[in-house]
This record gives sequence, structure tokens and C-alpha cells, in this order.
Amino acid sequence: MDFSCYERGDFYDEMFQADGKPRPGSRLLVERIEALLNGDLNRRQQAAEIALLNMGITFNVYGSDEADEKIFPFDIIPRILEAREWEPIERGLAQRILALNLFIDDVYHDQKILRDGVVPDELIQSCASFRQQCIGLNPPLGVWCHITGTDLVRDRDGVFYVLEDNLRCPSGVSYVIENRQILKRTFPHVFRASNVRPVDDYCIRLLESLQQLAPHTDSPTVVLLTPGAFNSAYFEHAFLAQQMGIELVEGSDLFVHDGNVFMRTTHGSQRIDVIYRRIDDDFLDPQVFRADSVLGVPGLVNAYRNGRVALANAPGTGVADDKVVYAYVPEIIRYYLSEDPILPNVQTYLCWREADLQHVLKHLHELVVKPASESGGYGMLVGPHSTKAEQEDFAERIKSNPRNYIAQPTLALSRAPVIVGDRFEGRHVDLRPFILHGPQPYILPGGLTRVALRKGSLVVNSSQGGGSKDTWVLDAEPDESVSFVDAAVLPPVVHGEMPC
Amino acid sequence: MLSRVANSIYWMSRYLERAENVARFIDVNMHLMLDLSVEAASQWNPLVVTTGGEELFLAKYGENAATQDNVMQFLMFDLDNPNSIYSCVRAARENARSVRQSISSEMWELLNRLFLRVKRASMREGLLDAPHEFLTDIKDTSHLFAGLTENIMSHNEAWHWTRLGRFIERADKTSRIVDVKYYFVLPALEYVGMPYDNLHWAALLKSATAFEMYRKQYRRIAPNWVTEFLILDRDFPRSIRYCLVKAEESLHAITGSPAGTFHNLAEQRLGRLRSDFEFARIEEIISFGLHEYLDNFQVRLNEVGDAIFDTFMALRAIDSTAARSTNGVSTSGASNS
Repeated sequence: MDFSCYERGDFYDEMFQADGKPRPGSRLLVERIEALLNGDLNRRQQAAEIALLNMGITFNVYGSDEADEKIFPFDIIPRILEAREWEPIERGLAQRILALNLFIDDVYHDQKILRDGVVPDELIQSCASFRQQCIGLNPPLGVWCHITGTDLVRDRDGVFYVLEDNLRCPSGVSYVIENRQILKRTFPHVFRASNVRPVDDYCIRLLESLQQLAPHTDSPTVVLLTPGAFNSAYFEHAFLAQQMGIELVEGSDLFVHDGNVFMRTTHGSQRIDVIYRRIDDDFLDPQVFRADSVLGVPGLVNAYRNGRVALANAPGTGVADDKVVYAYVPEIIRYYLSEDPILPNVQTYLCWREADLQHVLKHLHELVVKPASESGGYGMLVGPHSTKAEQEDFAERIKSNPRNYIAQPTLALSRAPVIVGDRFEGRHVDLRPFILHGPQPYILPGGLTRVALRKGSLVVNSSQGGGSKDTWVLDAEPDESVSFVDAAVLPPVVHGEMPC
Repeated sequence: MLSRVANSIYWMSRYLERAENVARFIDVNMHLMLDLSVEAASQWNPLVVTTGGEELFLAKYGENAATQDNVMQFLMFDLDNPNSIYSCVRAARENARSVRQSISSEMWELLNRLFLRVKRASMREGLLDAPHEFLTDIKDTSHLFAGLTENIMSHNEAWHWTRLGRFIERADKTSRIVDVKYYFVLPALEYVGMPYDNLHWAALLKSATAFEMYRKQYRRIAPNWVTEFLILDRDFPRSIRYCLVKAEESLHAITGSPAGTFHNLAEQRLGRLRSDFEFARIEEIISFGLHEYLDNFQVRLNEVGDAIFDTFMALRAIDSTAARSTNGVSTSGASNS
């Protein structure tokens, strides 16, 4: 297989320059792929898929039978980012998370930013994920959002924009780590020659940052709280717990006694110090949030409030990933840090502003409309791909609840080649880097590249037919002296049920 | 260790052992039937009885429906039957999935791959005509799993829970294998003690993979010796007595209390049951009535299981029927995914 018939289209291509040559960071990969024997690349792709299925790296589609348990589709051609491209992203994400954390802390304390009129007060009051119950909370180290996944997209101009912030329970990092394991086996020579920054130490860093939150002990008991084996991200919960060597608990394993949190073990109860929770605020504690939640632990929030247990992320962080609040993030950064934002936002129309509303209603056919408090790609309208009837339906929905809708121009998301049968086709991609916020922010080099596998589709969410790619962040500028043009002589990768 | 995790590991292990035993039942019965004359070769009902599915089978298939095909379908792939191979493998896998962080990745992958193979097999036409390879796969994978457990898992509390589950399940299944003889109706009285009877006893031993080991020890096939070997043998790893001794070892390793003592109901019941078997003689058992003795044993073993649950577990694991019905339950509750 080669790239001679590959069409870049009128988009920014992650692998090829406008003149058809590979970008410097991707040159070795392209040479290697083109030197492979016929059928070899497809065999490697199949071996990767079988490995994922056997490892059980699957996700459940809500409300469907187990027959529909699917592997998260994976394309073995990595997406490569050069060091000079990554550096501003890294700085920009660190800046953004610092500011958002200060914002959350402020919103639940003095609300200076509201009083100074930078963010409208009524916006917070009407925010579905603002939690009255969190007012006055003081999380350890002043950190609210310990783990964040921020979605970035690249427009036709090649510039990275922030599309949305995920400050609640972002998932996907386990795929980053597993994808990397597979890619190392798939393209070992290119990988070695490319100086790719490692991602394997994420779990160690995550555990360290969780341990730092222990309010009162040097050897804290840390657990990961999952909604259970039928949650769509359960694989990730089990994976992270296993990699960190901590217990994976469900709400019913825990109870609160005398203000402390314990888990039920075969040898009695054991005190818990830190909970990495992968359950939404609403389900955490039926005494404080939704009373009908069976996934949570009664009394948990009170124990947290009294500093008896730490939660990551803190409850209430969703206020900062409301899609209307998102539009104010550049101002939030300027307000708290007195700096200009490094990573730009996508232009956003807020339907609660009358002028924006009129503009949106008039241009529905060319805009992307999103509900303010949803995630996972649910409830969106992609204007150019929608029917007249869908647009009319959305117009009604927007008019009846303007606060809940924002609109953005339809971006020409960048594309990357994926294997389609016996050739390569361009598909749109985004990027979700993961940020750990402890004393200092840490940004996992790369993150999850999500691919809209359906031709022409702009929606990359796994619930909507999206897949993933490994993301390589190069540590140094590409070495021009190495070449894989004659790489057919390299020892072949052995194929079997499990590639090695 | 978390109670829920212990419970799931215990049941993971039990369900896999159960699947293996059902596979063995079917395999041996099929070979036995091939050796019997045509008029004798319709005895599939005992398999349904010994796996405890009589009522369900009757309800699904009706009277006199215990044909080879029906029974094999029922025991291999019927998801309504909680003791079919498919149900057991699925339950083992779902339990393993919920404790992935506590067992090794290799163990999880082995069960996951087995499940995927069984699922594919359940959709394959014609498998009932030649199921040998399929059944061998179930048995082999179960052995491989035991080997992984032995060799790559630390012999910690989780390991003892896998062992406790395996030996309790195995003790139960061996008792059912011996008991199956009770249900087998020989075509006519003159068959007793004749070659067909020998075939039956040999098949019984084969169901417990005990045939070769038995031969080494006793050589000649005699009913009392066969039952003695399967119930009371000290060294054979599928005899009831051996299973009880090993299960008790693991139970005490979990609690830390010394052998020969008890500090909870589970230890008391299992200890008493084990000592009964250690000091029993086969003649007593036969004169008491083999079927009654085994029936009584199964009741007491269930009481041990109940006591283990009451002592250690606060919650139920995913059993082979619940694994399905949980599909519709809303367990979302995490966003940004």
C-alpha cells in the first residue's frame, strides 16, 4: 500500500504538506509503510484488532445487548505531532487549567469574578452543573480539577483551538496507554527512530497526585470508585486501578461511619483516604445530590467537607465545562492570570444573547449547535449535514431554552489518513490531551486522537462511530539522516494471534 | 480484600469449574452412548437431572424430549439454563471483568477469549453433531486457567478465594457424577455386572478424569472401589475428600485461624464435613445408601456455601442469570466519556 492515490482534500492534513510531501515528523513512517510488502499493513491492522478484542478493550453501548459489545475502533497509522507543535499546546493547557481551577474556587467562595462583571452572575445561577452544595468547600491544596481532558481541534489554517473542556470524569486515557503498547509492536523501527515521548508513566503520576491529597496520613489508602461493570468506561476504571495497584470499588462497597469512609473487606472494614471517583456529582451521595442514586455513598460529601476523605475531581467542577462558560474562558484567563490565552477558543455564539440568537437561527444550516451541559456528542446539530426538518426542530428547542444552547462555525477539522480496505482515506480527527493538576500541572504528551471513521463525518465520539489513533509527540526535531526507503530489508514483525 | 471482590473471584472460579464439569459429562456420555446398543442409547435424561436442570428442561422441551440434540443444546448453549456451558462461561467472565484489577491480565484475557469462542460456537450450525473439539477446548482452557492461577498469581488471599471456589464446586460435581449412576436405568436386569455395566462404571471414572489413576491403584473395575476412589481417596485431586481438605486449607489461610479450630460458621461447617469424610468407610456409605449419602452431602455443602457468604460477603456477585438482566439497568452516571 502506498500514498500515491491519497487525497488530502481541502483540509489541513496531519501527515502531508500541501505539496504532497510528508511532514518532517511523519517522513520515516511514510517511508516505512510504503516499503512494506503487499498486505502486510492490513495484517498488522488485523493483529491489532484481535489483540484489542482479546484484551477485552471494549465499550458497551448504552441500552444494547452484549452482542453489541464493541472494540473501540482503532487505526494503526499514528498521528504525529512535532516538538515545536506540541510546545505551545503544553503551555496553553497548563495556563488554561490553572485559570479554570482558580475560577471554580472563586465561584464557590467569594465570586469576585461575578462581582467584577467579567462573567455574568446569572450565567452561573442558571448553570445546570453549578452545585449549591459545594459553596465554601476547601479541597486539599486548593485543587478542584485534578484530572482534566481538554478537546482540541485543528482548523484549515493548521491552528489548534480548544473545542471544549472536560473537568468532570473525562475518559480515554487508558486507550492512549493501550494504543501505545500496540503501536510499539506494530512499528517498532519507526518508533525507535522517531524519539517519541513516552506515555507509560501516566498511571504512576496519577497515583502520586492522588496520594498527595491524603489529608492526614503518609501511607494513604486510595481507591477508584466506579459505577460498575456495566458502565461504558468500565474497562478504563479497571485498567487504571490495576495499573495503580489500588482497589476498584463500587458505591455499595463503601460506607460512612463516625464521619469517616470505609470499605467492606473480608477482614472487616478499612478506612479510605482518597477516592478517585468516576461517578458524576449527581450520583455521589444520595443525602446531598440525587436521592435516588444507588451508585453513591450516603454521607460521602459530608466526610469530604470535613476533610476526612479526599475526592478527585472535587464535586462541582462541571460549572467550568458548561459550554456557555467556555465562551468566557479567554476572559477568565486574563482575569486571574493577567496573561493572554495561548490556545484560542473556537468562535462561539451564545443563544441567550438576543443578537447571537438571531444570528444562530438564521444560520442554522452552517453552524454546529450544542447543548450547554451535555457531553459525549449527544444532542448536537451539525448544520451542513442536517435536514431542513432537523433544523426546524432545533430552532424550536433553542427558542424554548436559549440558555442551554451555543453554536459554533462548522470547522474544517484537520484530517489524517486511515486504512480503508486496501487504501488510505482522509478522516477528521480531534485531540484530547490529559492534564493532571497537583502542585504543578502535568500534561500527558499527546493524548487521545479520536477519528470520525464515517466518511465526511465531523463527530469523533465513540458513541457516534468514532475510533482512535495513537498520538506521537516527538521529543526532538526529526533526524533527516535516517531513512527507511529501503526498509523492506528490516526484519519482519512476527504475526500471530498476539503480535509481539 | 473487598468482600465484593472476594465473592466475585470465588464465583468466577466456581463457574469455570462448573463449565468444565458439564463439558466432561457431555463428552463422556456421548462416547458411552456410542458403545451401547441402539435401544439402550437414549439415556440423556440423567445428565439433565445431575446438573439440576430437570424442571427447566421439562418446561422448555416437554415430556420424553431428552434426545441427544435437545440435551446437548440445553447443557451447552441454552442461556435460559444457568448451568449451561455458555451461561457458566459468561458468568465466569462477567465476574472476572468486575475484578480485573485483582486477578492478572492473563487470567482475564484467557476467560475473555474463551467466552468469545463459546459465543461464536453457539451460533455455528452443526456443532452438536461433532462437539468433541469444542468440549475439549472448554476443559483445556479450564486447566490452563488453573495453571495460570497457580503459576503467575501471588498465593495471597485472592488466590485462596479462587481455590476455595474451585474445590467446593468440584466436590459438588464429583458427588453428582457418582450419583448419576443412581439415575441410570439399565435396559434390563441381566445387564448388571455385564460388560455394559463395566462400561458405565468406566464412563463414570472418565467423567472425573479418574479412569487412568483408578486403574493404577485398583486395576479391576468394581463398584465399591470406584465409589471409594471418587469419594474418599486421599490423593486423587477430584475426590470429594481431597476437595474438602483443600477447600478447608484455603478457608483457614483466608481467616488466619489455625487448622482444627473454628471461629465462624463457615469454618465449623466445612471442618465438620471434611472430618466426616476423612473418617468414613465406603462400606458404611453403601449400607447407608449411596444416593442418600450423596444427597445429604450436597445439602451440607450448600450450607457451607451459605455460611461462607454470610461470613465474608456483604453483597451478591453477578450470577449466571443476573448477568443478563442487568443489561437494561441504567448504570451510566459518568459524563465526559
